[in-house]
Amino acid sequence: MIAELGHFALILAFVVALFQMVVPMIGASKGWSGWIDSARPAALAQFGLVGISFAALTMAFVTSDFSVALVYQNSHTAKPMIYKISGVWGNHEGSMLLWVLIVALFGAMAAVFDANLPPKLRARVLSVQASIGAAFLAFTLFTSNPFLRMESPPFDGRDLNPLLQDPGLAFHPPFLYLGYVGLSMAFSFAVAALIEGRVDAAWARWVRPWTLAAWVFLTIGIALGSWWAYYELGWGGFWFWDPVENASFMPWLIAAALLHSAIVVEKREVLKSWTILLAIMAFGFSLIGTFIVRSGVITSVHSFASDPQRGVFILAILAFFVGGALLLYTFRAASMQARGAFAPVSREGALVLNNILLAVSTFVVFIGTVWPLVAEMLWDRRLSVGAPFFEQAFTPFMVALAIILPVGAILPWKRGRLKRALYPLRGALVFAGAVMALVFAVSTGHSALAVIGAGLGAWLVAGAAADLWLRTGNSGLARLRRLPRADWGKAVAHSGLGVTFIGISLLMAWQVEDIRVARIGETFTVAGYDITLDSVEERPGPNYNSIIAAMSVDRDGRQVALLHPEKRVYPVQSMPTTEAAIQNGLFRDLYLVIGDEQQDGGWAVRVYIKPFASWIWLGSALMALGGFISLSDRRYRVAAGARHARVAPQPAE
Amino acid sequence: MRALILCLSLLLALPALAVQPDEVLSDPALEARAREISKTLRCPVCQGETIDESNAAISRDLRLYLRERLVAGDSDSEAVQAIADRFGEYVLFEPPARGANWLLYLAGPVMALLALLVGWRFIRSRGLAEEGPAKLSDEEKARLERILRD
Repeated sequence: MIAELGHFALILAFVVALFQMVVPMIGASKGWSGWIDSARPAALAQFGLVGISFAALTMAFVTSDFSVALVYQNSHTAKPMIYKISGVWGNHEGSMLLWVLIVALFGAMAAVFDANLPPKLRARVLSVQASIGAAFLAFTLFTSNPFLRMESPPFDGRDLNPLLQDPGLAFHPPFLYLGYVGLSMAFSFAVAALIEGRVDAAWARWVRPWTLAAWVFLTIGIALGSWWAYYELGWGGFWFWDPVENASFMPWLIAAALLHSAIVVEKREVLKSWTILLAIMAFGFSLIGTFIVRSGVITSVHSFASDPQRGVFILAILAFFVGGALLLYTFRAASMQARGAFAPVSREGALVLNNILLAVSTFVVFIGTVWPLVAEMLWDRRLSVGAPFFEQAFTPFMVALAIILPVGAILPWKRGRLKRALYPLRGALVFAGAVMALVFAVSTGHSALAVIGAGLGAWLVAGAAADLWLRTGNSGLARLRRLPRADWGKAVAHSGLGVTFIGISLLMAWQVEDIRVARIGETFTVAGYDITLDSVEERPGPNYNSIIAAMSVDRDGRQVALLHPEKRVYPVQSMPTTEAAIQNGLFRDLYLVIGDEQQDGGWAVRVYIKPFASWIWLGSALMALGGFISLSDRRYRVAAGARHARVAPQPAE
Repeated sequence: MRALILCLSLLLALPALAVQPDEVLSDPALEARAREISKTLRCPVCQGETIDESNAAISRDLRLYLRERLVAGDSDSEAVQAIADRFGEYVLFEPPARGANWLLYLAGPVMALLALLVGWRFIRSRGLAEEGPAKLSDEEKARLERILRD
């Protein structure tokens, strides 16, 4: 009964979304205030209905209602409660429901919080947002209904994929979707602005928090996924340039570009049409990502045939929204005149360069991702594009970005002088040089990757500090506390990027790996650490069986760590997983993996020393934190109302 | 990520770690070369993994074959070529820059140049005339003072 209720609520939500799509849009163009005002209650009702539907599905998972096919396929009574809940979105149908829930959530938030928005603009934004909601509600209802029943309910379920039964991965999809879908708000604002034919500083100020929030959520989602891969897959890889990863990385890069170009629109009323284009592309890449993940077309061209209906449906959604928005764009872009003038060496100039680098690097990721598909379609060549290509083709843009970032960040608006901008950065330059010398001295083999990466990272961190210091002027520390949150957010996020740079380059350059057969009680040495395999035993878990080892790690006769690498077998899906034992440290992670028992006694054992690994995620966390700090800047709350106050007294049209 | 999961779920039925201790060559320099190369080769049956990471039986075959070639005295590129001849272009994660693949390698740099050109023209079109910034009138100065004080 509850499942039927959920299904019914979903159908109602679809009807409401259709209403919200049509009525406020007509109202806004005819000036009928009743029709315009209908957008808000509709947005709230749509969210409420999808919420009921989502709650119903969650209920079915929590109570293990195996008469619902989806629950049977993805759950099991013995599964811990947290994974029963995360199982709701650990599959295609349920994750689509989460997706539409978040689309509706953002619409409802826009209806509630953007009270300062001119009513017509709000009506149009909510109408565009509803059209996205309606499209995906239709997709869910017609191709991916999560509420289908089983004819005869089985006794127990087939369990969730064991790899997904993990805290990191439980929350990875919701964050990622908050990011993907958050970009739909930027899209809705862009399309609404195109329809109104008006983009100004106030528009940029409204659209920026949504983009910032989406970018922060994407950052968290991507970092969680990469962290999960690091500890779960058993060899400590953190990024694979897999098409599905790239699918989330492209919107992240474009959203970063959009964040920065929106600043230029807000402060200087330049780059308007480019910003609109970026907003369209950012959501476009979200949709492309959805298409890649859901259709399987790029991982394997042939799995497209396995579910052509879904793939074609999403492709149609993609074509409609991106194509429609671009068509509108070609008609209206010319009417958006830039106001401000600026010299090449200026904050505007630096941000244009930032946008060029981010956009072109996105293009590189995109072409590498789709190239196997293109090659197979056009030349019938089956080929692969992987990490070696991306590392070569993508890295130079990031290097260039890191070099210009601290300089651009302190250049004044309109016109600057390079020499004058570099002067406050002299300390940062010296610091980065010292770090490079240090890294060069201590690295065996003098890896260029380590030297350049760490140097750039240090440059970014010290540059962010210099920027903050410069902003305090002569009044020193007291002023530091009173700086706008946006300045803090900028410095924290930029230094986070630097920390991630350092982590990635030093980890990749300095990692030590050891593979061997160890007997119980045997001690061996890896990079100065004495490692002993103390014992291996079997132990049952809640819904798995485990082989668990005890390994002690000593250095200079003192115990550093006692670690328990584990290998689990989940009997329901008859699938093993490795649970690496990791001791996180600020400067190195110890990463131990236990393998199979060997025929002639002993166990296969892998030991990794991973220098600066935690800096990758520490940096990501700083980037996300910077975004949050910036988001809390009072400018968004206070100034957003400024235009409204000016606009309101105008005579009604 | 999902591809990895799929691949792992299909193939982990053979519980084994990627590179096994018995595969490791006794010559550390040769082994290091083998590891570097195997990080650029794709496991033919699982979608997104390198043979270095993969647990599939065929990846083990590829790793062993690669080591055979290296021990026999092949250079890195000869060994990679030998594997590509046997298993097809598909296993190369670094697509060879021949034929249409030149487009792939050139796309990034060409796009960057184009973007820089367009960007530069745009910046020039917004160009602030080279003379210094216009002097503020007294009234403007007073207003600026007021704003700065707020």
